[in-house]
Amino acid sequence: MKEAAAAATVCTVRGLVKTYPAARGRRGAPGTDAVRASDGIDLEVRRGEIFGLLGPNGAGKSTLVRQLTGLLRPDEGSVELLGHDLVRHPERAARLVGYLGQESTALDELTVALAAETTGRLRGLSLRAARAERDAVLDELGLAPIAGRPLKKLSGGQRRLACFAAALVGDRPVLVLDEPTAGMDPVARRAVWAAVDRRRAEHGTTVLLVTHNVIEAETVLDRVAVLERGRIIACDTPAGLKELVGDEVRVELVWRAEAPLHVPEVAALRDAAQAAGRRWTLRLAPAEARAAVAAVTGGPAFAALDDFTLTTPSLEDVYLALGGRAEGAEGLVKA
Amino acid sequence: MSAVSAEAVTPGAVRSGSDSRPRSGGDGAAPLAPRAKLLPALAAVYRAQLSRARVARIPLLFVATFQSVGIMIMMRGVVDGGDEARAVVAGSSVLVVAFVALNLLAQYFGQLRASGGLDHYATLPVPPAAVVLGAAAAYASFTVPGTAVTAVVGSALFGLPMAHLWVLAAVVPLSGAALAGLGAALGLLAPRQELATLCGQLGMSAALLLGVLPAAHMPAPIAYARDLLPSTYGVEALARSFDARPDWAVVAADLGVCAAVGVVSLAVATWAYRRAAVR
Repeated sequence: MKEAAAAATVCTVRGLVKTYPAARGRRGAPGTDAVRASDGIDLEVRRGEIFGLLGPNGAGKSTLVRQLTGLLRPDEGSVELLGHDLVRHPERAARLVGYLGQESTALDELTVALAAETTGRLRGLSLRAARAERDAVLDELGLAPIAGRPLKKLSGGQRRLACFAAALVGDRPVLVLDEPTAGMDPVARRAVWAAVDRRRAEHGTTVLLVTHNVIEAETVLDRVAVLERGRIIACDTPAGLKELVGDEVRVELVWRAEAPLHVPEVAALRDAAQAAGRRWTLRLAPAEARAAVAAVTGGPAFAALDDFTLTTPSLEDVYLALGGRAEGAEGLVKA
Repeated sequence: MSAVSAEAVTPGAVRSGSDSRPRSGGDGAAPLAPRAKLLPALAAVYRAQLSRARVARIPLLFVATFQSVGIMIMMRGVVDGGDEARAVVAGSSVLVVAFVALNLLAQYFGQLRASGGLDHYATLPVPPAAVVLGAAAAYASFTVPGTAVTAVVGSALFGLPMAHLWVLAAVVPLSGAALAGLGAALGLLAPRQELATLCGQLGMSAALLLGVLPAAHMPAPIAYARDLLPSTYGVEALARSFDARPDWAVVAADLGVCAAVGVVSLAVATWAYRRAAVR
C-alpha cells in the first residue's frame, strides 16, 4: 500500500529552507531584515492531482514554486520531481515542467501565435511540431481570433491566457502555474480549467497551482497546502480543511452607519466581531449564529442594519482558524 | 551574422552532453523531454526578437539614423575632406551600431532581468548561448539599414568614394557582435536596471565622442581610451576603406579585433545570463 502511494508521488519536498539575506537601507529607505521565505517545508504531490498552494501575499508561495522549477536554489532540503533531484540538477526542471510565471515581459512584444510557437521551439519541438501544437492550443483556448496581435496590446486577462497557451505548448508531465487566472474573465477561466482537466484526463498531467483566490481553490483543487510565513500550516483536501473549523458559521453584518451598541444583544456581539468599517464578521456555532441573526433582524437593531449574510465556512475561515496572520485575510481574494 | 562567435561560444555552453539523452527507467526517474538544440533555438529567439522590431524598434532605428546623419551635417561645417571626413563618416556609421546593439540591448536585458522576464527562458530547456546570441544577432541586424543609409549619405555629403562600402557587410556584423556582446553583458551584469541603462548610454556616448571626433587631435589618455573601445576598430576599418587603394591587411586586422572582442564579450554575456537566470 505504502509503495503504491510512493510510486504515485510526483514531487517530494523535504525540509526546504530558503532565506533571503537582509537588505541594507539606502538613502532614507529603511533596510529589511533577513526573510525566511521557506521555513522547513515538507510536501508531497501525487500524480494527476491539482495541488494548490494557498496563502496571502508574502507567505512564500512564489519562493517555493521557484525552487520547484529550478529557478532558485534552496539553502537546505531536497526537491525530488519524477525521480530527479532538482537541488543537484536544477536544469532538469525545464525538461519536466511547463511553467507559467507571473511575468510576461519576455513575451510582451510578440504576437500571441509567435509567443506560443517560440516557446514550443525553445521546449525542443521541431518547427513543424511547434506550429501544429501552437494552432491546437490557440484553438483550444479560443485565442485564434487574436493570434496575430501582440501581447502588449491585449487586456490583462487575454495576455494571461496567451501566456498560459505558451506554457501548454510542448507536453510536460507537470504544470506549475503561478496564479494562472489572475485578471481573467469567467470565459477565460473556464477555458483554463477545461484545458487543465483535458490534460489530466488524457495524459495524467499533474498540476501545481499557486493561488490566493479561495473560491477558485475550493472549486478546482484536489488538495491544498496553506502557507503562512514560509511554513505549511495545513495540507488536505478543501473539504478536509473545512472540517478543521467544524460546523462554525460565518455571519456578516453590514450596518447603515454606526453599529447600534445601545442594543444589549449587539453590544454582546461586539467582542466576537471583526469590524471593518460598517462591516462586522463573526464566526459562531450554528445555534449562536441563529440567535445573533434573530437578535439583529428582530429588535431595534434591525433599523440600523443594512445587510447580513450567513455562510458555511470557506478556506478563508480555515486560514484564519489556523492562525493566519493577515487580519481579515486581506491577502486572500474571495471573488 | 554572429556565426563566428556562435561557434566559438557553443562548446562551453552545451558541454554537458552526457545529460542530453532522454533518460528513464533504471532509477525509476521519468524520462526528460529533449533539450532545445543550439541552432534551432538561436533561430527561434532571433526570429522572435526580429519580430519585435515591428512593434517597438522602428522609431528608435529612425532616431539612431537621424542622430548620425545630423552629426555628419554638423561636422560638415567644421571638417573639410581628407582624413577627418573619413573619420566622421565612419564614426557616424558605426555609431548606429553602438546605439542599437550596445545601448538598446543593454537596456533590453537590464529590463528583462529586473522584471523577472528571464524566468521565461530559464524554465525552458534552451542553451543560454542561444538566448544571448539570438538577441544579439537580432539587435545587430536592426542596425543594418541605418548604418548603410548613414554611410551612403555621409559619403555623398563629404564627397568620399563609395566603391568599397561593401566592407560594411563585414563591419556591421563584426562590430555588431562586439558591441552587442558588450551591451548584453552590461545589461545582465548591472545590479540594477537603471545602471544597465546608464552603462548602455555611456557606452554609446563614448562611441560617439571617441569614434566621430578625429583621433589626431586627441590628448594621449583619451587616445588610449579610444583604443580600448571595440567600436573604434570598426570605425578604423570603415575609414580605411575610403582610401583609393585600401590596405586590406590592416582592415582585416581591425575587423579581427572586433571579432575577437565579439567572441569574448558574447561568452561573458552568456556566462552573465546563466548567473542571472538561476539565483
